[in-house]
Amino acid sequence: MPPYRSGLDVAHLVGDPVEVSTVTTSLADVGSSGATLRAFLHGLPGVDRVGADQRAAMLGTRSIKTSAKAMAIDLAISMVDLTTLEGADTHGKVRAMCTKATHPGEGAPRVAAVCVYPDLVAVAAGALRGSGVKVASVATAFPSGRSSLEVKVSDTALAVAAGADEIDMVIDRGAFLSGDYLKVYEEIVAVKAACGSAHLKVILETGELSTYDNVRRASWLAMLAGADFIKTSTGKVAPAATPPVTMIMLEAVRDFRDETGRQVGVKPAGGIRTTKDAIKNLVLVNETAGEDWLSPDWFRLGASSLLNDLLMQRQKLTTGRYAGPDYFTLD
Amino acid sequence: MSRLAVRKTYKLYIGGAFPRSESGRSYAVTSPKGDFLANASRASRKDVRDAVVAARKAFPGWSGATAYNRGQILYRIAEMLEGRRAQFAEELGGGKKAALEAVDATVDRLVWYAGWSDKIASVHGTANPVAGPYFNLSSPEPTGVVGVVAPEDPLVGLISVIAPAIVTGNTCVVIASERTPLPSITLAEVLATSDLPGGVVNVLTGHQQELAPWLAAHMDVNGLDLTGVSDADLALTCEQAAAENLKRVLRPSPDEDWRAAPALTRMTRFLETKTVWHPMGV
Repeated sequence: MPPYRSGLDVAHLVGDPVEVSTVTTSLADVGSSGATLRAFLHGLPGVDRVGADQRAAMLGTRSIKTSAKAMAIDLAISMVDLTTLEGADTHGKVRAMCTKATHPGEGAPRVAAVCVYPDLVAVAAGALRGSGVKVASVATAFPSGRSSLEVKVSDTALAVAAGADEIDMVIDRGAFLSGDYLKVYEEIVAVKAACGSAHLKVILETGELSTYDNVRRASWLAMLAGADFIKTSTGKVAPAATPPVTMIMLEAVRDFRDETGRQVGVKPAGGIRTTKDAIKNLVLVNETAGEDWLSPDWFRLGASSLLNDLLMQRQKLTTGRYAGPDYFTLD
Repeated sequence: MSRLAVRKTYKLYIGGAFPRSESGRSYAVTSPKGDFLANASRASRKDVRDAVVAARKAFPGWSGATAYNRGQILYRIAEMLEGRRAQFAEELGGGKKAALEAVDATVDRLVWYAGWSDKIASVHGTANPVAGPYFNLSSPEPTGVVGVVAPEDPLVGLISVIAPAIVTGNTCVVIASERTPLPSITLAEVLATSDLPGGVVNVLTGHQQELAPWLAAHMDVNGLDLTGVSDADLALTCEQAAAENLKRVLRPSPDEDWRAAPALTRMTRFLETKTVWHPMGV
């Protein structure tokens, strides 16, 4: 008998290796209680930190040139969630961004979505009507997620009612880190219900989760609770979307589909500023999750300044001369 | 026992640092007699790109500094150069007396341009009499990032193209003379220790034929000084590429006498005049 059992009436402590419980509990029942959820999440294999860092770094060294680069740039542009999440956002700024989202530049494909705060959803939805660009809105007391469930649910419902096609919710990192997985799970379930037909992206804020094991657990937790997308970060915390974290989340969605047959998308956000970063992410997707995820329906890049760099690189490829920022819209 | 000589590796100067070329290439530099002197980095188009990024980043700070401050820093470069007189004389080679004279001429040229920093606006700016209650002022402002193809003269010629570009607040990317690049890197060491912010001057060594067209075509470069281009075809290509975004161009001048007293044209070519109307009595 292990020494800690005396005087303690818990089955096992956080971080203990436990028998993988998927054998006994079906995935559908994992969320039935805090204990089964904890047993499942802690039964997930740990992440080899050194290995993950090295593999992500190695995949980042792939050289993508000429016609492959041109394809990658256009694919990356079509995956961008053009984002503005600042206190100083105005209707005019959102409208300008929507115009850019639908017409990024000569011959460039339109972006996947525009991401704004809930109060600006109606403006964005009006500007994007009929364009095919989706309206995404952050909700649930973004970026900290520190509010009551009622507020989070009505925040979500209001954004959906205003015309949002996609909701980016944040998880309660405090609850997650203190081990209250059931609270996080139930919040996601409740917000998913409030979304109705809108897609739900769950932001894990990996910069605050501190370990890769936690990233893997949070990914599974979000997917089990019904997320359509898992997203790395709010963009308000550094480090944001680092390659190893994105890779671990891609592994999670791949394994989740093998297990359940349901495909979940991934959205790295924050810190992706250059074409090089974007292409590295595409390589990660292709090598980790597979080609099925190489589409704007299953992979997004949350960014604001990235789009200009992609457009500049695109122009460099078409004209053969280096592009300058003077010839692109400021945003 | 003789000690092991520490030989200098000549690198590039980009954004205040001394990196090797991204391409990893180098080329042998020889004296006029054909003796091997050193290996210099052979920059690639990607080094040009990085240098332009560095120059663009340095531009707001440098153009926003007071003219007085810029003059002081140029004067500081002259001081540092004076302190390294012997080193430069040795690197220039040739006769010792001629080499020392060349270094002195370089220092004098720097001091001359340093003095112009806070005077050029008075000479080339005006207060315009207008028919209305306004102060109407025209003042020369730096144009931005200037690409410079340096002339063969390794020191006086080099400083005579760099100093006028930066004294008015521009930042520059310099393609050093292909045959005599070594003094330009040693000059970069002087620049790096003279309070000149990193990125204001970026020095690339390599093949002019390879690098100049990329610099001329770069859309984030605002001015182009082709002084050191001796090949007429290359000059034509560069001027055509520069026309794409209306760069201010200084055309090649292969026979310029670098010891003669300079005119103001090297400064004024990379200045643009801005006129502002200030309402009076408000």
